[in-house]
Amino acid sequence: MTADPALIWAYLTQGPLLWLTATLGAYALGDAAFRAMGRQSWANPVLIAVLALGLLLTVTGTDYATYFEGAQFVHFLLGPATVCLALPMHDNLARMRVAALPIVAGLLAGSLVAVGSALAIAHLFGLGPQVLASLAPKSTTAPVAIGIAERLGGLPTLTAALVLITGIFGAMVVTPLFDALGLRDWRARGLAVGTAAHGIGTARALQVNPTAGAFAGIGMGLNAVLTAILAPLVLRLFV
Amino acid sequence: MVPVLFTILAFQLTGEAMSRTLDLPLPGPVVGLVLLLGAMRLRPGLAEWLRTAAQGVLAHLSLFFVPAGVGVIAHLSLLRDDGVALLLAIFGSTVLALVAGALAFTLVARLTGQEDDP
Repeated sequence: MTADPALIWAYLTQGPLLWLTATLGAYALGDAAFRAMGRQSWANPVLIAVLALGLLLTVTGTDYATYFEGAQFVHFLLGPATVCLALPMHDNLARMRVAALPIVAGLLAGSLVAVGSALAIAHLFGLGPQVLASLAPKSTTAPVAIGIAERLGGLPTLTAALVLITGIFGAMVVTPLFDALGLRDWRARGLAVGTAAHGIGTARALQVNPTAGAFAGIGMGLNAVLTAILAPLVLRLFV
Repeated sequence: MVPVLFTILAFQLTGEAMSRTLDLPLPGPVVGLVLLLGAMRLRPGLAEWLRTAAQGVLAHLSLFFVPAGVGVIAHLSLLRDDGVALLLAIFGSTVLALVAGALAFTLVARLTGQEDDP
């Protein structure tokens, strides 16, 4: 039996097994690094996994479509996981009801500043209307953001990238930022990160504290609706 | 295990169908979340029945973002022209939005006497 490495490689790259395994392996690596660094938020496991896989795809000359054939099984689980956020929200429903007014205030402020300041900074750098429209909904969850960007005349793929970068950056910066500011209310921290950094921020909040996770979930869900309303209005100020 | 997974997927499926037919501004899974939350209110036993599976899935929530994140690397050329400005806009606005959201929450919680939480 001859084992030609090129033939084995050609065989393996045809099925989803290779890139599914690589995705789980890269995340396990990222998570191990995250733990080894004492769970420091800059050692974000998603970022490490994405960089490792990006490098691997470049080195092996694999295109994203081939990669996604394997990775789609992991990607699919985003939907069921979002549905499961009902559990921490159910557990915290009494606390949320009591904090209804602070939630509305935090949501409005967070959502408005997320859209407004992003557009103001981009406008300052002279970016064009199509890029501004792609940027406006970046703090909301990807499927909603893409829908909003399309309606405003943005580029859906650019929006998807900006949404992901926002989420990873938000998840990395939230803990050191709020620790430095001395903000200790888990409800406020969670709501703010769910509003500013959607699901990736919510994933980070769930790692840190269950109450923060529940409030992040409600921030993410409500901001999806609010951004659909606010983004077109705020964008009109800049184009 | 299978009935639990079926239930979670059925809520997502119903959410997707409702989001499409009613043209809602929310994606299907978020509608499914709202429906499941409502069902948990009506039948408190449901939350306990789903707890192990739901907590297992949520413990790895960030893993599920990895394939989409690799998509960013694949589309880096989109960021070639305006990359620095876009990154600065994202970094700046995310920090400002986090601070604004948390401060507004804390301020209103203090004003309404809801600052102390058990």
